[in-house]
Amino acid sequence: MTTTALGRFLDGDLWYSFRTSPVAIGAALVAFACVFVAAFADFVAPYNPFDLATLELADSRLPPAWIEGGGPKYLLGTDDQGRDILSALMYGARISLLVGAASVLLSVLVGVSLGLLAGFVGGNTDAFIMRICDVMLSFPPILIALLVSGVGRAMFPSAHETLAFAVLVLAIAIPGWVQYARTVRGSTMVERGKEYVQAARVIGVSRLRIMRKHVLPNVLGPVLVLATIHVAVAIITEATLSFLGVGVPPTEPSLGTLIRVGNDFLFSGEWWITIFPGVMLVLIALSVNLLGDWLRDALNPRLR
Amino acid sequence: MTALVEVRDLAKVFDVSPPWLNRVVERKPRLFVYAVDGVSFSIERGKTLALVGESGCGKSTVARLLVGLYAPTRGSVRYDGLDASAARASDGRGLRRRMQMIFQDPYASLNPRWKVADIVAEPLREHALVAGEQQLTERVGQLLSSVGLAAQDMEKFPHQFSGGQRQRISIARALATEPEFLVCDEPTSALDVSVQAQVLNIMKELQRAQGLTYLFISHNLAVVRHVSDQVGVMYLGRLVELADKARLFNQPRHPYTRMLLDAIPDIGMSGRSRIPVQGEVPNPLAPPSGCSFHPRCPHANQRCKSERPPLQTIGGVSIACHAVEEGRI
Amino acid sequence: MAPPAVSAPLLEVRHLRVEFPTRRGTLVALDDISFSIAPGEILGVVGESGAGKSLTGAAIIGLLDPPGRVAAGEIRFQGRRIDNLSYEEMRKMRGRSIGAIFQDPLTSLNPLYTIGRQITETIQTHLQVSALEARSRAIRLLQETGIPAAEARIDQYPHQFSGGMRQRVVIALALAAEPKLIVADEPTTALDVSIQAQIIALLKRLCREHGAAVMLVTHDMGVIAETCDRVAVMYAGRIAEIGPVHEVIHSPRHPYTVGLMGSIPAMDADRERLLQIDGAMPRLTSIPRGCAFNPRCPRAFDRCRIERPDLIDAGATRAACWLHATAPQELVQ
Repeated sequence: MTTTALGRFLDGDLWYSFRTSPVAIGAALVAFACVFVAAFADFVAPYNPFDLATLELADSRLPPAWIEGGGPKYLLGTDDQGRDILSALMYGARISLLVGAASVLLSVLVGVSLGLLAGFVGGNTDAFIMRICDVMLSFPPILIALLVSGVGRAMFPSAHETLAFAVLVLAIAIPGWVQYARTVRGSTMVERGKEYVQAARVIGVSRLRIMRKHVLPNVLGPVLVLATIHVAVAIITEATLSFLGVGVPPTEPSLGTLIRVGNDFLFSGEWWITIFPGVMLVLIALSVNLLGDWLRDALNPRLR
Repeated sequence: MTALVEVRDLAKVFDVSPPWLNRVVERKPRLFVYAVDGVSFSIERGKTLALVGESGCGKSTVARLLVGLYAPTRGSVRYDGLDASAARASDGRGLRRRMQMIFQDPYASLNPRWKVADIVAEPLREHALVAGEQQLTERVGQLLSSVGLAAQDMEKFPHQFSGGQRQRISIARALATEPEFLVCDEPTSALDVSVQAQVLNIMKELQRAQGLTYLFISHNLAVVRHVSDQVGVMYLGRLVELADKARLFNQPRHPYTRMLLDAIPDIGMSGRSRIPVQGEVPNPLAPPSGCSFHPRCPHANQRCKSERPPLQTIGGVSIACHAVEEGRI
Repeated sequence: MAPPAVSAPLLEVRHLRVEFPTRRGTLVALDDISFSIAPGEILGVVGESGAGKSLTGAAIIGLLDPPGRVAAGEIRFQGRRIDNLSYEEMRKMRGRSIGAIFQDPLTSLNPLYTIGRQITETIQTHLQVSALEARSRAIRLLQETGIPAAEARIDQYPHQFSGGMRQRVVIALALAAEPKLIVADEPTTALDVSIQAQIIALLKRLCREHGAAVMLVTHDMGVIAETCDRVAVMYAGRIAEIGPVHEVIHSPRHPYTVGLMGSIPAMDADRERLLQIDGAMPRLTSIPRGCAFNPRCPRAFDRCRIERPDLIDAGATRAACWLHATAPQELVQ
C-alpha cells in the first residue's frame, strides 16, 4: 500500500480513467505537442519569421511543399513577406497560449477568492458579489473585452508592448472570473454546512484559516475542469480580438493575427497563409476542450 | 459541589422569514422558529446527561449552543462558574480548550482532503499545545491508540476507514486538547449496531479513565439507557422531564416520556401489546398553544391548552406537566 | 402469530449469486443465498451495512444497479423463474405481483403528481378497472393506511404530507395492485421513533389483511422482533442464520448472531459493557477463506478457516456454522 503522493495517484481512479480513454490520451498528446513547440519555438522552428534580417522577399507567397511551386525549404509555404508559415505557427501559438494561460490564471484567482468569500460569509457580502456577477453576465464577453481593450488603448496610445499584452490579458480575464465565483460559491455553501467545518470552529480555528485550509481544497475540483475548458475559450477570444485588430501588437503576431493577415490573401488563391494558423488554433482549442471534457467526467463521482 | 455545566433558561430563535422583498410585496409575515425555548439543566463533573427527543425537539441546537457554534438568544450557559459566551470571543481560547464536540455523521466530520495526522493534530497546532513536529507526531500516535486505532493510521486518509473507525478518529481529535467536557451529538446513530457497541464502550472507558463529563444527544432510548446518568426529554424546544436514569426508565411521569418509551421497538418485548402513539410532532413554525404536547396527550385539559407548564421538581423529578402537578396522573 | 404453513413457497431463492465486475476484479456481493418465503409470511432480513440485505431485495424486484448482475442461482416466484425475465416482463411483475417500499418516502413519490394520480395509475396499470373504480379503491386504501380526510387529501401533492404520512402513502401505493409479496427496504429508518411504531403496526396489519407476504429488510433488530415471523441474519453477502424470530433473538446458534444480539443495548437490562465483536465486517474485496466470520469469531477452529459452511440444521434454526456439524448445539452467551 503505497503512501507517496505519486504512488497514490498512479493507483487511483483518475489515472486509470485516463489511460483507458483513447480520446483523453490523444487530446493530451496533441495538447502537449502544441505546448512543446510553442514553448521551444526558438529551438524547434526552422526559421525565426520575425527576424527581418532572415527574410527573403523572393521566397514570398510560396505554396506548401506538396503543391507544385513549393519546396521542402518552407514546409507549409510562406506569406507575402517571405515568412515561413510553419515557424510563424509555432511563435504564434506561443503568444496565444501565453495569453490564454495568463488570463485564465487571473480569472481563477479572482473568481475563486470572491466565490469563497461570498459562499462562506453569506449575507450582504454574498448578495453584493452575486449581483456583480449577474451584471457581468448580462454583457457578452467579447464586448467587455473590446471595451477594456479600447479603454486601454485610449489611455495609453503609445503603449509599450508589454502593457498591450497586459491589457489584453485583463480584457479576457474580466468577463471570465464570474463562472468560477458562482461555482465556488455554491460548493462553499455546501461544504460550510458540513461537520468538519463545524468541528474546526469548535476547535477555535479562525474563519480565514477555515476558508483557506479546509474549504478551498474541497471546492477546487470543478474549478480545474472549468479552467481547462476556459483556456480553449480564452485562446479563441484572443484570436478573435486579434482578428478584429484589437489584440496583440502586429510585431508579435498570435494565431489570430496570422489568420487576419492571411484572410486578405484568401481570394487571391494563397489559402495556406490563413488556413494553417486556423488549423493550429482548432487543434489547440479542441485538444484542450476534450481534455476538459474527460476531466469533468473522470472527476464526477456519480459516473464512476 | 457546583456543577461543571449550568444552563439557565437557554433559548435560541431562528429567523426564517422570507426575504425582505417578498415580505413587502406579498405581505408575508416574519417567521421565527423557537428551536430552543427556555431550557435549564446542570451537569455534574464526571457524569453524563443525555438529551433525548424526536426531530425538531431542539436537542442538537442545545448541543451547538453549549459549544458556542450558535449564540443564544436568551439565557446563560455557565461553565465551571465562568460565562461560556466568553468562549466565542477571540480571547476565549482557554475555555474553548476545555470543551469539545463529536458529531453525528462520520463521513462529513472529517475533512476528506486531510490526512488523519493533520486532522487529529489540528487542535494541538491551533492551541500550540505541543512544540516540535516530533512531539506532535508522538502525541497524535498516543491519541489514536487511546481510541483503539494504530499509530500508523495517521498517514491514511479518512476514506480508507469505516464509519466506526472514523468516529473514533473524531473522538481522538476531540480529546487532543484534554477537554473536561464533551458534547456528543448522536455519535453512534449513523453506525451499525456492533460498531456502535465498540464506540460506546470506548467512550465509557475514556470517561472512567479521564473523568470526562458528557452531554449525550440521541434519539435512541436504549443507547441513552446504557450511557447516561441523567436523562432529559425534550419536545419542541422545551424540556418536559429531567430525571435520574433509573427513575426515568422505571417510572416515567410525563405523558410524552411514557409514549416514547412505549413506542420503541425492542427486541426483548416482541409480542406485547401497546398503546399506539397518536399524531406526529407538530410543525415548529406553528407550535400549539400552552403545553405544546396537548394535541397528542390523553390527559390534556383546558389549562393545558392555554397555559405553558413550567419545569418543576415534583417527587425528585423535574417535570413540566399540569396533570402531574395536579396529581391527575 | 404465524399463519398456518402452506406447502408451496411464494418466493424461493436458490443459490443466488450477485456479482459486480469492476476494474479491480469481480466483486461477489451475494454469495450463494438460499431462502424461501411462504404466502402471507413476514420474513425479516437483517444485517449490518455491507452485508447485502438491500441487494437481495433489489435482486428480487429486478432493480439491480448495473454493472451488478445475477451471476448464478435462481429466483422463483410462485414456481416461475423471475431472475431471467426481460425488462418488460419484469415491469409487469412489479406492482402486480411484487410491491416495493423503500427507505426514503421523499424520493419514492413523484413530487410532480398528486398522490391520487400515482395510486390510480398503479391500479389501472395492473388491474382491469375503470378510472372511477380505481379512484374509489385508492381512497379506500388511503383510509386503511390511516390518512385522515382521504377523499380530500387524495388530490394533494407529496410535499403537502409529513414524513410519516408520506410513508403511509407509499405503503398504500405498494398495496394498490394487490401484490402477493412486498419487499420493504428499511421502511422506518428515516422516521421518528413514535412514527416508526405506527408504521410498523400498520404494515403488519395491512399485510395480514391483504394476504401479502413481506420481506422486511432492516438493520434494526427491534423492528424485526415486533413484526416478523422468521428472520435471516446476513453477513458479508451470505446468510449466517435463519429461523423463527424468537429463536434467533433469544437463543441464537451462530456466533455472529450471538455477538449481534449482545451488542444491542436493551431496554430491560443494565449492563456495564456491551458485548463487542472486535474488528469489522470484511470488505467485498477481502472476504476471508472458509467462513467469512472466522477472523472475528471467538469459537473459530481449523475447519472454519478452510471450508465455507452451508446452512446447517441447528435445532430450531439453521446456522452456517461448523459448530453444529455433528449435532445442534446451544451457544452460551
